[in-house]
Amino acid sequence: MAEDKKDMVKQPAATPAGTERTRARRVFVPRVDIYETSEAIVLLADMPGVDETGVDITLEKNVLTLVGQTANGARPGYSLAYAEYDAGDYERAFTISDEVDRDRIEATVKSGVLRVVLYKAEAVKARKIAIKAA
Amino acid sequence: MYGPVLWRFGRAMDPWPEIQRLQQEMNRIFSSASQPYGHEFPAINAWAGEEGMVVTAELPGADPEKLDISVVGDSLTISGNREAEALKAGESYHRQERSCGRFTRTIQLPFHVDAVKVAATYERGILNVVLPRSEAEKPKKISIKS
Repeated sequence: MAEDKKDMVKQPAATPAGTERTRARRVFVPRVDIYETSEAIVLLADMPGVDETGVDITLEKNVLTLVGQTANGARPGYSLAYAEYDAGDYERAFTISDEVDRDRIEATVKSGVLRVVLYKAEAVKARKIAIKAA
Repeated sequence: MYGPVLWRFGRAMDPWPEIQRLQQEMNRIFSSASQPYGHEFPAINAWAGEEGMVVTAELPGADPEKLDISVVGDSLTISGNREAEALKAGESYHRQERSCGRFTRTIQLPFHVDAVKVAATYERGILNVVLPRSEAEKPKKISIKS
């Protein structure tokens, strides 16, 4: 876990050229794992502080955008004395290929990890082809 | 962290907590410009209050049952394990950016902790440990006799 410590610092997300965000919060790129099974492509994103009400997933054309909003982390009666990380929102976009079934995308959030399951379209699922005897 | 003059100025002049927060953040960033954050895992934030401290850590996807939090005197140790998704045969990663493995971190606090009253919660991937200052170390008001 300790090999690339520098990479563990949260990286700020980029905004499209010439635009600004409406929320005055820092925005980070969540770290993701993506793996493929025979039926689906599964995407896991680390979004600590995000619950199911704060996630927004949109699919426009072939761009899948994941947005996670966190609550303001201020604690009444306490002041931040020492900090190693910043709290903020999360945003990341992926282009997906035509092999994903647009109507079957499932998402869940559990303990700060967003899981998006992108089922493959029937047409591209691997099929076993039986060989007929000649 | 910040010069004493700036600190006093910030306290006395800013009625708006947002400006104060921004100023503190700026001081924090510029006071260690080359390395604003440590590279230990998990990264922690510590909040100081009158009753003690609250330490928070971002540990997305951890199993709260397997997190181990212990307090001895003035040191807090957080250890646990972040498990990678177990893939079945035929499944493969396209991208693997999330770290996994065992971790342990010990933090020294500025006071002795009342270990019995330590409370920890884990929600939305964030660990919160409330560390009350022990009674013996709480500041005492000293009255002046005439």
